[in-house]
Amino acid sequence: MNRFHRNNVTFWVFLAPVLFAFVMVVAIPFVIGGFYSFTDWNATARAGQGLKFVGLHNFTRSFQDPSFLYSFIITTIYTLVNVVVINVLAIVLALAVTSKLRFRNLYRMGFFVPYLIGGLILGYLWQFVFNNAIPAIGNALPFLSTLANPENLMLRHVDTSIIALVIVGSWQYAGYIMMIYVAAIEGVPTELYEAAQIDGASGWQKFRGITVPMIAQAFTITMFLTLVNSFKQFDVNYSLTAGGPATSFMGKSIYGTELLAMNIYKVAFVGNDLAAGQARAVVFFVVIVVFSLVQVSINKKKELEL
Amino acid sequence: MKSNKRLYILEFFMLAFLVVYLYPFVIVFINSAKDAFSVTQYPMRLPEKWSQLFVNMESIWTSRNVRYSSSFFSSLIITALSLVFVTIFPAMGAWVLVRTKTKTSQFIFLIFVAAMVIPFQIVMFPLVAWFRTVFQVTGLRLLRTYFGIVLAYLGFGLSLSVFVYHGFIKNIPFELEEASIIDGCKLPEVFFRIIFPLLTPVHATIGILHGMWIWNDFLLPLLVLGKGNRIQTLPLAVANFAGAYVKQWDLILTAILMAMIPVLILFFIAQKRIVKGMVAGSIK
Repeated sequence: MNRFHRNNVTFWVFLAPVLFAFVMVVAIPFVIGGFYSFTDWNATARAGQGLKFVGLHNFTRSFQDPSFLYSFIITTIYTLVNVVVINVLAIVLALAVTSKLRFRNLYRMGFFVPYLIGGLILGYLWQFVFNNAIPAIGNALPFLSTLANPENLMLRHVDTSIIALVIVGSWQYAGYIMMIYVAAIEGVPTELYEAAQIDGASGWQKFRGITVPMIAQAFTITMFLTLVNSFKQFDVNYSLTAGGPATSFMGKSIYGTELLAMNIYKVAFVGNDLAAGQARAVVFFVVIVVFSLVQVSINKKKELEL
Repeated sequence: MKSNKRLYILEFFMLAFLVVYLYPFVIVFINSAKDAFSVTQYPMRLPEKWSQLFVNMESIWTSRNVRYSSSFFSSLIITALSLVFVTIFPAMGAWVLVRTKTKTSQFIFLIFVAAMVIPFQIVMFPLVAWFRTVFQVTGLRLLRTYFGIVLAYLGFGLSLSVFVYHGFIKNIPFELEEASIIDGCKLPEVFFRIIFPLLTPVHATIGILHGMWIWNDFLLPLLVLGKGNRIQTLPLAVANFAGAYVKQWDLILTAILMAMIPVLILFFIAQKRIVKGMVAGSIK
């Protein structure tokens, strides 16, 4: 141990590559980003040249901008619905694929497949499904003819477009969350189920009394993962709806399905208002930090209880 | 007997559900073998002649917007180089952080771990501005180059890597290193000969986790490489193409199919490993 202590050179040489990358890519942009959010930074300004300090102006005008408030609201709705849909689907699938089903390994791998493909590509794929494949089903089957009506296309209206985002987001993510539940369920000692079997417990009782408490740890992880990843959704949003269709909110015409990540991107790169984009990103960051702190504290509490 | 019957019913439902669940992929496949007319007219029908698939694939392969082969190799180069860096460097860093018990060492580790909560959104605009400034001051090109994007992936990937390696190295007995030092090994040798090979299962986990992320990533390449660059990744190519030809569904779906094939092949070769790696990474 001593020998290592004295060897300061090795310490810094071995850390140098990661420290360099961290400072260049994360630390410096993070610090200047925090600074920029209080200035009048815009697309034509060069770093550190002629920036004017404007205090909280970027934050106040962001919170007065209907498009930002609207994005905040629909992102919250999208996140909540997505978290519920993903977790319910994942837990049901996990229970099914850990039972005695013959093709359980096929199901595990099959439901996992969408997670392998990037959200951007899946968004385009589903755009075709919603706009072409589903109407074709309506054309072919008389009792579903309502699907063929162009008025009923899901991506035509704001509320159904958000449902479409949930469908694609959950479809992509459920198989992954399922695998985390599967790992947790398989970690439950079988003796517990055997004992319950002898005591004559029903399937539901076994689920409530054994499975749920034993996989509580996995539950915090999946909740956190689905929460943060839904909140950060960008790729599917970009390719599936691109923010459309239009709607109006607080008397202003805005994009109806623009989630927060996309709103930040568009304000900065389409609207060329980098300072406003950066201020919104700071707000976005604070929300995610709060999620993370809550998750860490819940995990700590659970560990104490065990 | 009764539970057996219920099992069959469940089996049937699960099979049916799996088919519905994966049907979007079938839709991509059958429609990649159609021409522009029948793809929009009869999207649910089987193609009339499957040979159209190769015609479409050839158009995508040679398309100037997709530049499939060059995009594929750019994606491959970026993913491979990033993976090499995001395993070796964090492993080296994690090792000295574990074996050095000073305040500085603890502080650096804490900063790395805390950085895991930083979303890309808060650093993306200043990152681009900063990379541009670096170029103006030093002449080092970081935007639109392989070096810049690989550096960016090392920067954003290292926190998780350091954290996972750190946890693993902590459990490697120090006596192992002491013995080799007594035998005359220098410290770097101790790491590269003794420790690094022991980390193989972690390399696999990290490689799979980061590999999937980097291969599929869209926003970071969009910002660091930019649109219309000589270097473009497959997701950028698909976005570029689908944006430019909004209604050319026969070719868009073929492009989607061709973008999915490499990942799907890899998955069928190493399914167990991939699932295990991704789940293990999330739980940590």
